[in-house]
Amino acid sequence: MDAQALYNALKPLQEKKGYYFNRTMDRTMDILNGLLKNKDRYGYLACPCRLASGEREEDKDIICPCEYREPDVKEFGTCYCHLYVSEDKKNDDDISKIKVPERRPRERMPF
Amino acid sequence: MEDRKIIVYSLSTCGHCRDTIKFIREKGVDFSFIDIDLLEKQERMKVLDEIKKINPECSFPTTVAGDRTVVGFNEELLEEALNI
Repeated sequence: MDAQALYNALKPLQEKKGYYFNRTMDRTMDILNGLLKNKDRYGYLACPCRLASGEREEDKDIICPCEYREPDVKEFGTCYCHLYVSEDKKNDDDISKIKVPERRPRERMPF
Repeated sequence: MEDRKIIVYSLSTCGHCRDTIKFIREKGVDFSFIDIDLLEKQERMKVLDEIKKINPECSFPTTVAGDRTVVGFNEELLEEALNI
């Protein structure tokens, strides 16, 4: 599967849940390519913006869409990686200006 | 310019890390970066220990410029830390 196919597969499913892809396509495709690279390396779609351990159980909170997407999109309008945005921001071009702090608790990082 | 080491601790798959590296490169500043996810396990643990000392959150990118640390891609803070 390539990034475009992943995009096409996820878009309708995620939009139904109220999550929209960042409309800056260069960024969105970069992130999707990072996810696919992690799928190749680890066997699952580990967040490309976080260090995965390679053990599914340890990484389960950061498998995309991660456990932190919901509170991050709610609070900031975008997830940590800037892949998903809220409905309010689905037409915004300046998502990159939003700083989303790491919400993953330190104790859940297996390193 | 004062002589101080600038290092970006990054992930090869992370957009914010790529933005940070591109930003510093475009400023013409000497720096190096380490993609942690590409290191062998032993080396990775060693570098992670260094990162934990300066950024306990252990998030990426973490940029170190002398005694300054910038967590995440933040142009203003990077300019300040790098004196550019």
